[in-house]
Amino acid sequence: MLSRVANSIFWMARYVERAENVARFIDVNLHLMLDLDIESASQWRPLVHTTGDEEAFIERYGEDWSQDAVLRFLVFDTTNPNSIVSCVRAARENARAVRQSISSEMWELANRFHLMMRHAGGGDRLVENPHDFLTEIKMASHLFVGLTETTMSHNEAWNWARMGRLIERAEKTSRIVDVKYYFVLPNVEYVGMPYDNLHWAALLKSATAYEMYRKRYRRIAPEWVAEFLILDRDFPRSVRHCLVKAEESLRAISGSPPGAYLNTAELRLGRLRSDFEFARINDVISGGLHEFLDDAQSRINKVGDAIFDTFIAARPIEPDAVPDVEPDVSDNDNSTHSGASTI
Amino acid sequence: MNFNGYTTDGFFDEMFLDGSDPRPGGRLLKERIESLQEGDLLRRQKAAEVALLNMGITFNVYGDEDAEEKIFPFDIIPRIIEAREWEPIERGLAQRIRALNAFLHDIYNDQNIIRDGVVPEDLILSCAAYRPQCAGLKPPLGIWCHITGTDLVRAGDGQYYVLEDNLRCPSGVSYVIENRQILKRTFPHVFRASRVRPVDDYPIRLLETLQCLAPHAESPTVVVLTPGVFNSAYFEHAFLAQQMGIELVEGSDLFVQDGVVFMRTTDGPQRVDVIYRRIDDDFIDPHAFRSDSALGVPGLMDAHRAGRVALANAPGTGVADDKVIYAYVPEIIRYYLDQDAILPNVETFLCWRKEDLSYVLANIAKLVVKPANESGGYGMLVGPHATKAECEDFAQRIKANPRNYIAQPTLALSRAPVIVGDGFEGRHVDLRPFILLGEETHILPGGLTRVALKKGSLVVNSSQGGGSKDTWVLDETPDASLTFRGGVDPADVLPEGDEAEGDH
Repeated sequence: MLSRVANSIFWMARYVERAENVARFIDVNLHLMLDLDIESASQWRPLVHTTGDEEAFIERYGEDWSQDAVLRFLVFDTTNPNSIVSCVRAARENARAVRQSISSEMWELANRFHLMMRHAGGGDRLVENPHDFLTEIKMASHLFVGLTETTMSHNEAWNWARMGRLIERAEKTSRIVDVKYYFVLPNVEYVGMPYDNLHWAALLKSATAYEMYRKRYRRIAPEWVAEFLILDRDFPRSVRHCLVKAEESLRAISGSPPGAYLNTAELRLGRLRSDFEFARINDVISGGLHEFLDDAQSRINKVGDAIFDTFIAARPIEPDAVPDVEPDVSDNDNSTHSGASTI
Repeated sequence: MNFNGYTTDGFFDEMFLDGSDPRPGGRLLKERIESLQEGDLLRRQKAAEVALLNMGITFNVYGDEDAEEKIFPFDIIPRIIEAREWEPIERGLAQRIRALNAFLHDIYNDQNIIRDGVVPEDLILSCAAYRPQCAGLKPPLGIWCHITGTDLVRAGDGQYYVLEDNLRCPSGVSYVIENRQILKRTFPHVFRASRVRPVDDYPIRLLETLQCLAPHAESPTVVVLTPGVFNSAYFEHAFLAQQMGIELVEGSDLFVQDGVVFMRTTDGPQRVDVIYRRIDDDFIDPHAFRSDSALGVPGLMDAHRAGRVALANAPGTGVADDKVIYAYVPEIIRYYLDQDAILPNVETFLCWRKEDLSYVLANIAKLVVKPANESGGYGMLVGPHATKAECEDFAQRIKANPRNYIAQPTLALSRAPVIVGDGFEGRHVDLRPFILLGEETHILPGGLTRVALKKGSLVVNSSQGGGSKDTWVLDETPDASLTFRGGVDPADVLPEGDEAEGDH
């Protein structure tokens, strides 16, 4: 398929997923605030950190970490490229650019999602009934994923959408675990208190993981929560699960035979996925959870770069259809064609 | 709602003879509308508008920055054309397009029509859309204008006239197909009973027309080339590509190497055989035309000339829809086909002719004046609706560049009823049928009915506040004795409105 189209489908799916994740973070935080009697700023600042936009926030709102300012920034601020309204708009613009490659239903939903955000522009609904509004956003995203599954052939375009969604989700789940762990928990007075449980439960809920977690583990313990969200094989928002499925899509796009890889993107993602598949939570924590997640995030970004270089960036015409894999100096990879090297 | 009190005001009305006495083709519709419960029709109109907005069937207006997208206003009362009215239109369009295509091939090759003194050479050379780069070109099957949208109007006598030809990148066909989808949900029973000719096969016909341009390729790769999402007709480009199941490409997706056109795919370069381009001549190839164009594909014209890629429409077709050349079309038809034009032109004064110029200047307040090379209703003067100062300003412009202006009498365009508030009023309409010229000629039954929504306005262009209607071409002229389910019918218990709302 067209490289530009692949790129737009990838980002369309990423942006929808991103909007949903921001809505999740906010929703859970609002619930948590109702249970905790603590200063608002200490709760809202980490959220902005999660989306990675602290600098941009301070530029616009100074040190006003009030609920009001943070919500405005994360939901309706069109100058914040990662706000929900901006993400939905970007998703819709990408969908529009590939309207002929996705189903009409998907386009129509992307368009309606955008209109809904635009009409909610004043933010009254968010103030009056935040939970309903955020649920609507999450449901729009779920509906979009559902339409992707059921109205599109599971062809290359579908694999691009799935890969975009899962890479975004892997990145966001790893961020939220990282942020919660380091911003909230080290408050010594909370450890072991009921508050502590509330925080972990909130973290699970932000990934809709609470109920599924309870089915696997009897009680809430920090290392188990981390294990579930990072390393669980079956939970659809765990980082490992996302990486496994994203790799499936990537390999379907390249058409790689089993046991071989054809390009740098597959090499990087394969290694990352394998690190998650064989990691044990005790080793991860003793080696430093933050270091582990930080490294994972930068490697996810590098996978994204490699996908772009391999499939999207303009490539010169070549005599045969099999692309050469550039030696990857930064990772010291020395990949070759299929058959010559195996994982 | 009913049509009591609806008046034709002396205009030719598409639905009514006069007063509230409907034409045979409009009778079922009138009965149905009047049998609806109070408020139901407005509810259906509203549902149609919501459907259009949700589908994102919107356009951008140049020079209007705040409103980046608008729905193309849509009126749910269809415009009905009876079979016996459509038949001569169909023949007339086929005739006209064949002649114009022969004209294009001739002026870019042998120029017999100039040598034989039918059309003056300097008129052609002075056309803004004449492309010397196309001289000597022989496109596949000798076809230049594969897709044409011809604007027709109907005057007070009920006669259809050709108002202008659009042989470059005519747009609007996607609205025809989408309007039909909505109308089928809005008036399903009347639709079925009226036996309306379908329009849904247009994308298939279009694809066939494009595919036959690459006879060498086993299964040719056909693409739609768009300027991008900011173009006012982007919706249509995406829609047609989707309906044909082919790629929608932008200029930067394509490149030319060794005279062959490729598109950049995730699987490497892939050869392209036919391009349905929706970018104007000026912008398709910075090497051949405007060098500052970032929308086009460098080297595309050379590949076209070498016969390695087919372009539809071929570059250079704009010369045949220049409004001065338009005045010669009846002669052109006679010259190439040895036939009289079936569809007449509107009487046209050419300002480059001395006697026409003095007539135009003396009568400007009665005339419609148009620039020869503009479309979209831009830069025209409707004399009877203009102020004295506007007329004088236009007279100056005409005198400065007479070649660029033509004038036509102000026609009493036909009207059709539209919903205004909670009643009906007549508004002026035109009709743009679409003609496909390939191995076969295909004419879309009906076309886009554009309606000037402003009371009394004669300008129907979407950029000038116009809207659209679905156009029903009836398979046969209805029998006068047929009635639409008189009395109580069980089907009426379930209002059609359920269908109108159930689907979105």
